[in-house]
Formats: sequence, structure tokens, C-alpha cells
Amino acid sequence: MFNWFGKVSYCPHTKVEGFARHLKDGRVMGSKCDACGEVSFPPRADCPACRHDAFTYTEMSGQGTVVTFTRIDAAPAGFEDVTPFTVGVIDLEETGRLLAWFGETIDESDIRIGMPVQVVPRMFEESKDIKVYYTLEKPDTEWVKSNTS
Amino acid sequence: MTRVGVVGIGHTKFGRRSDATVQELAYEAYRGALADGDVDPAIIDASVIGSVPEYHKQRSLAGVIQEYLDLNPRPTWLTEVACASGSAAIRTAWMGIRAGVHDVVAVIGCQKMTELTTAEILALMGRVGDVQWESIFGTTFPGYYAMFAQRHMHDYGTTEDQLSQVAVKNHFYGARNDNALFRKEITVEKAQASDPVASPLNVYDCCANADGAVCLILAAEPKARELSDKPVWLDGLGCATTSMSVLRRPDLTGLPSAADAANEAYKMAGITAADVKVAGVHDCFTIAEIMAYEDLGFCAKGEGGAFIADKQAYIGGSTPVNVDGGLKAKGHPIGATGTSQVYEIVRQLRGDCGERQVPDADIGLTHNVGGIGQYSFVNVLRRD
Repeated sequence: MFNWFGKVSYCPHTKVEGFARHLKDGRVMGSKCDACGEVSFPPRADCPACRHDAFTYTEMSGQGTVVTFTRIDAAPAGFEDVTPFTVGVIDLEETGRLLAWFGETIDESDIRIGMPVQVVPRMFEESKDIKVYYTLEKPDTEWVKSNTS
Repeated sequence: MTRVGVVGIGHTKFGRRSDATVQELAYEAYRGALADGDVDPAIIDASVIGSVPEYHKQRSLAGVIQEYLDLNPRPTWLTEVACASGSAAIRTAWMGIRAGVHDVVAVIGCQKMTELTTAEILALMGRVGDVQWESIFGTTFPGYYAMFAQRHMHDYGTTEDQLSQVAVKNHFYGARNDNALFRKEITVEKAQASDPVASPLNVYDCCANADGAVCLILAAEPKARELSDKPVWLDGLGCATTSMSVLRRPDLTGLPSAADAANEAYKMAGITAADVKVAGVHDCFTIAEIMAYEDLGFCAKGEGGAFIADKQAYIGGSTPVNVDGGLKAKGHPIGATGTSQVYEIVRQLRGDCGERQVPDADIGLTHNVGGIGQYSFVNVLRRD
């Protein structure tokens, strides 16, 4: 089901495929090593600290600060219909980094390095397939979480 | 340990080469290198091909080149580390010679890119980021370097003018290089008026996709002295890596792999950055050249913008950089670029560069980066 993640999927099979199911339910998950407790984002099946191979998903707050960003005007194949778009790299409050598009609650001219943002799970509504992703929004932006999983 | 010398060099014109296949481009460079070094093909033990396979319809490129060069049944193989594939070929040949396995090796860096569209190349190159977590957001190669630039400007006050000044310098020298794709000088105003690509980078901050090939013939020291009156020696080689994903990099204002590779190369050659008289660095984007000044130690961290503004990277400055036009003006046929940098430094150390000659150049450096800094290769070259 990891092919749910992203507008274009390059990577359908992974040991952290549950990430996409949780994202559909409105949750951004990292991985927590069952042996040493190391938390990673992006999640990884193999602990970078102790090399253990079992983990449990742990929900991230999605709060973070902007490390850097760029507005992309020259589109790669597969993204022509959403260009231009602005991507940012953020430091997550707990640990790790995330790359995503800025969403509608933040005006492009207001984007600054160091500003706080909230990661919000999204679905491509016009797509007939399940397509999930996330955007960077103003802090305190709200969204719906479900418990179906 | 055996010293390895460059004894023959050949370089095609870079650009849109709709007239030739990739093996025909390789042959142009090979013919040039044989003639340059007056090398008899019979003494070549092996070839190493540096190229990125995804751009070519031909599978397993080394084989078709070896046949077209009439070098069968001698061994050949391909090296691939994205835009540093040519330097990986040089390093592999150097390792083979140092190990005593081969005496004379032909290194060929080559690429035919323009059979793909720009959008296809942007998508392909963007996938040198992590495809699982990054490329799904449409990241592009210029997009990554744009994010380095944005952070560099934030942390160190680097300006868009300084970015453009790198392009102005490289076009100035490219206008004086017969092999370059772009042979016109530009101004800061013209650079800044060009279309946006990924903020703050615009068209003139980016190198161009191109086709081309370069051949370098390397030989072990005794043979190198027999073959050449003025061999240029590969005296310091450094190679290092950084994480594939930008999400795993604490600092986004430089390339740690480049600094690591430079330190290794300086140590092996027994020199410091101050000894480098001329350098070819990987200016795939203008910000990449500014980061290279810092990563290589030509200036302090954060002072790369001032380094170009003060013209320290011009001939007459403290370290002339990319006085062949760099990737920016020559074009960037990715597999050929690392070999093209060595071609230029060999000519500089031989004193053959005419109006682009750096006076008293006895030690030169190349800095070739694969991907967005995942792989860096730094070579120190020296003449007798």
C-alpha cells in the first residue's frame, strides 16, 4: 500500500508500508525501535542506532520549523499540472526531518527559514486511486483523524 | 607506491551533438588522446568508461565503446556515481595501475543526454534524492541546490548578485574555450533577467544538459616517462560520501563529502589548499561553486560569496577557478565532466592554455560531485 504515498509513486514496496495507512487515517508516524527505543523520522525498519529489526509506529506531533525551501518553476515529468509549487525541509519537533509542499494556509511571500509550521495529512481528492501526502501549514491548523485502522 | 601520470588527453566539443552516437563521441576523444600523447593503441591494457546508463538506449555501454574503439579482447567496465562517474573511472584506473594489474589504461568519460526531453531529465535527476520520501513531492536537481542556496543566503548573507557573478565569470572564460557549449559573455543583469527555475536560482544559475566525451590515457611512472616529455601526475586522490537524503544532513550550506575528499587528497599529495594554483570545480549550479570554494578551503566557511565578489576566483586572484568555463559554460554531459576537468588541469600544468593560462601553474585540483553531494571526488595534479 505504500504506492498510496505521493502524487507519483516510485517505491511501492517497503517494510514501513503501514506509514501510508496511518497517513490516510490522519496520522504522521515515525518508527520506534522495539529494542533500544530510538525514534526515527522518516520511519525505518532497521534501527540506525542498534541495528534491531523490529519497531512500532509512534505518532509525531507534526510540529516543526523551516530549515530551507524553494519554489520550483521548472517541473519534472509527472508534476506539470501542479507547477509551480513550493517545497520545504523542516526539522520536526521530536526528531528527524521531513520534506513537503507548503499548503494553502501559508502565503508564499510569508515563508521564512526558522518559521514554525504544522504537518497536515492530505488526500488527493480528484484521484480515483487512494493518494495520500502531507503539506506544511500554519501552526494550529486542524484536520480530522480517524480510528479505522 | 607507483606514481600515475596522464600521458594523453582528448576532448570533444560539448553541446547538442545530434550528429553522433555516444560511441562515436567516445572515438573522437580517444583519437584525440592517442594523437596528443603519440600513444600506440597496442600498449593500452584496459579501458574504464565513466557514464550514467539511464540516459542511453544502448545497454551496457562499456561493451559497445570497447568494440568501436577496437580494443577487444582487452577488459573494460563502467563506473557510475551520477555526475561524478568520470572521476570514478579515473580513480578505478588509478587503482588498477597502483595495484600493478595494468600499466596503461584509457579512461573515457562520456554522455549523450539530449535524446531525452528537459522534463524527463528533470524527473530523472530529481530521483537522485531519496525516491521514497522526497521525489514524490516533485523535487528536482536544481530544487535541491536552490534549497542549499536559500540556506546559505540566510546563514551567511550570500546574495543573488554573488550567485550571478559566478555565472558571469564562467561565461567569461567559456567564451575563450573552443570546446565550450556557451561562448558568449554575460552580465549580472542578463543573468538575473532569466527565467526562474527553482528560487533563488534562475536559468543562468544552472549548467546545461549536453553531449560529449573526454579521453585520458593514464600510465604507471616508468612507462609514463617513456611516453611523455611532460607527464602530469595524479598525486592526491580523495573520495567520500554523504547521505543520499537531505533529510539526513545536519548542515545544508555545504557538501561534507567534498570537504572530506579534499582533506584526503591534500594529505596524499602533501599540500594544503593554499598550494593549489588552478582548480576545476563542480559548478552544476552557481551556489555549488560558492560552496566548493568553502569546502575546498579556498576561503573560510561562509565567505564564498565575498570570494567571487572580490574576483579571487579569476586569473590573478588567490585561486583561479573554472577558467575553462566550468560546467556552466562548457555544458555538463554528466559522465564526461570529471574527465573534462582533468583535461583542463593537465593543459594548465603543461602551460598550453593561451589567453586562459594561469601563470606558473604547477599544482592543480579537480572537484567533481555526484548527485547532490552524495559522492565527491577531489584530485590533486602536479607537473614535474
